[in-house]
Amino acid sequence: MRIGTPSGRRRSSGAAQLASPPVALPTNAFFDGGLLFSSRMTGIGEISRYIQTFMTLNLPLIREQFPFLRETVNGHPLIYLDNAASSQKPSRVIGRMSRFLESEYANVHRGIHLLSERATAAYEQARTKVAGLLNANREEEVIFTRGTTEAVNLVVNTWGRENIKAGDTILLTEMEHHSVLLPWLQLARETGARVEFVPVLENGAALDLDAAKRLLAAGPKLFAFVHVPNTLGLENPAGELCRWAAASGTTTFVDGAQSVGHQPVDVQKLGCDFLACSAHKMCGPSAIGALWGRHELLSAMPPWQYGGEMVDRAFYDKPATFREPPARFEAGTPPILEAAGWAEAIDFLNAVGLEAIRSHSVALANLAMDRLRSVEGLHVFGPAERQSGIVAFSIEGVHAHDVAFFANERGVALRAGHHCAQPLMRKLGSLSSSRASFYLYNQPSDVDALVGVLSEAVAFFR
Amino acid sequence: MDNELYQAVLLQHSKQPRNFGPLEQATHAADGHNALCGDEISVALRIDGDRLAEAKFTGNACAICTASASIMTGEVQGLTKEAVQTLAANFRALVKDGHGPDVPPKLEILSGVHQFPQRVKCAVLPWETLLNAMQLPVA
Ligand SMILES: Cc1ncc(COP(=O)(O)O)c(C=O)c1O
Repeated sequence: MRIGTPSGRRRSSGAAQLASPPVALPTNAFFDGGLLFSSRMTGIGEISRYIQTFMTLNLPLIREQFPFLRETVNGHPLIYLDNAASSQKPSRVIGRMSRFLESEYANVHRGIHLLSERATAAYEQARTKVAGLLNANREEEVIFTRGTTEAVNLVVNTWGRENIKAGDTILLTEMEHHSVLLPWLQLARETGARVEFVPVLENGAALDLDAAKRLLAAGPKLFAFVHVPNTLGLENPAGELCRWAAASGTTTFVDGAQSVGHQPVDVQKLGCDFLACSAHKMCGPSAIGALWGRHELLSAMPPWQYGGEMVDRAFYDKPATFREPPARFEAGTPPILEAAGWAEAIDFLNAVGLEAIRSHSVALANLAMDRLRSVEGLHVFGPAERQSGIVAFSIEGVHAHDVAFFANERGVALRAGHHCAQPLMRKLGSLSSSRASFYLYNQPSDVDALVGVLSEAVAFFR
Repeated sequence: MDNELYQAVLLQHSKQPRNFGPLEQATHAADGHNALCGDEISVALRIDGDRLAEAKFTGNACAICTASASIMTGEVQGLTKEAVQTLAANFRALVKDGHGPDVPPKLEILSGVHQFPQRVKCAVLPWETLLNAMQLPVA
C-alpha cells in the first residue's frame, strides 16, 4: 500500500463564488466530464431527489480549494469520509497560518512591540469571529480551549465543583461522546452526585423526548447533551431541550462538536448556558476550540488552571486576584497560530453558507442511505431520514476494522470502531461499526465509491 | 485484493475459525479487547499440570484477529506453559518485524502484518489474552 504524491494543478480561485449564484447553473453542467456523478453507478432517479440540494454549492470551486483532494492511494483518488473525526483544511486556512507565522507571530497580550500587537489583534479577532459564529451576546463569553474535550473539563472543574453537591442529579443522554460522559461521571463519583441518562430509542433512531421531558421536570442540577451525535445521523432538538431545562432551573451544557461549523448554531436561540466546539471539525486547525458560556455564569466561576495571563495581582504572601473572563480561563500561552487559522476557516464557512453546507452533507448522507440498501447484510444506525451528514453501519459477517482497511486500499477513508461512544454502541449491539461522514467537499460520486467498495468487501470477507 | 495481508489461508481461518466456541471444562479464561477497532475476544483454557491441554476462543473480531486466534489455539495445544510464553514472544517478533525465531510455518502466514503497524495489535491480541488467561483460574 502506498500513499501517492499530489498530482493536481494549483489554481488560485480566491475571489470566486463558493455558493452558487442565485441563478442555477444549467443542469448539464453537473454531468460534465463526470466530475460530480458517475452515471455508471448512480441511478438518475436517486440523484434527482437531491439534485436541487447538490446545486446549491459550487462544488468544483469548493473542491479546488482543498489540496488534500490531490492525494491518491494506490492510484485511486482519496475519498475522505472521516469528517466526523476531523475535517480537511482549505488552502486559505493553510495560507493564513503560514502568513501569520511569517509576519505576525509573537506572544499575545504581553509585548509592547509590533509583532505582539499583530498577534494580539489576530487572536482577539478570532474571538470576535467565534462569537459571531455562535451569535454570542458578548465576545468575552468565548473562552479559547484546546477543543471540546477541554471545554467540558473546564466546566466540570469550575462550575461543576462549585455547584454539584452530594445527592444532586447530573442528567446526560445515552448518546454522549466519551469527552462529555467521562468528566461528568468522574465528578459524580467524587462528589456523590447521581447520574441519570435520557435513553435512546430503538436502533438509536432518536432521543426519547418523553423521558427527557420527565427527567428534566424533576429539576436536575445540570443537563449536558450532544447537539449532533457523532454516530447516529440525527440532530437533537437542542432548543426544546434547553427550554424544558430552563423551566426547572437546570443548567445546560451543549456539546456542539459536530454541529458548529456544519450548520447554523445560535446560542441565544438555543437558550443554553454553555456550549463547546472544536475548530478542527470545521476546516480549522487542531488544538483549538471554544467554550461559550453565559457571562454571569462565567464571571462567578473560579479559575481551574493557574499561571500567566489569567492573574490580576500576584504576591508571595497573599492570595492572588484573578482577571475577568475570558482571561481568567486562559492560563499560559494560548493557541495563537491556531486562532488565526480558525478565524480564516470561519470566514470560509460563512462565504459558503452554513445552511447550504448542512443541506449538502445531509443530502449526501441520504443518498448513501438509499444506495447502501443494495449492500447485503448492511445495517445503518439511527433514523431512516438523515438529519446530519453521518452514516454509521455494521455489516453482518464482516468486521468494521477489515471494512476500513479494505476501503483504504481503494482510497476511501472510513472510521471503524466504537467512535468514542462505547456504552452507546454496546447498547445498540455492536461495539465495532464503520462510519462514513460527509462534509462540504464531498460529492455524489463519493457515495458511489463507498457503495462499490463495501460491496467488494462483503464479497471478499464473507 | 492485491496485498500481502489477507492471504487465502488467513481468510479461510477467519471465515471458518478452528477451536471457536465455549470450552466446557475450562480451568482458566480471560477477555481481551482492542480499543482502537473494537476487537473483542475471550480465550478459555484447560490446563493440566504444567501443560496447556486445550484452548478455545469466542468473540467478535476482525479477520486478522480471528485468524490469529484460530491458528494460535491449534498451535499451543499440548505445549508447556513455558513453551507457550516463548512462542508468544517469538510470534510478537514475527508480526512486528516480519521474522521471529522458531515460529512454526502455520504462524508464518501472519508475517505480512508487520507491514501494517495498525494491525499488529489485532494479530497479537489473542496471544496477550492467552497469556492473561494462563494467570486467571476460572472461579
Ligand atoms: C460529539 C462529539 N463530542 C465531542 C468530541 C470531542 O472533540 P475534541 O476531540 O475536539 O475535543 C467529538 C469529537 O471527537 C465529538 O464528535
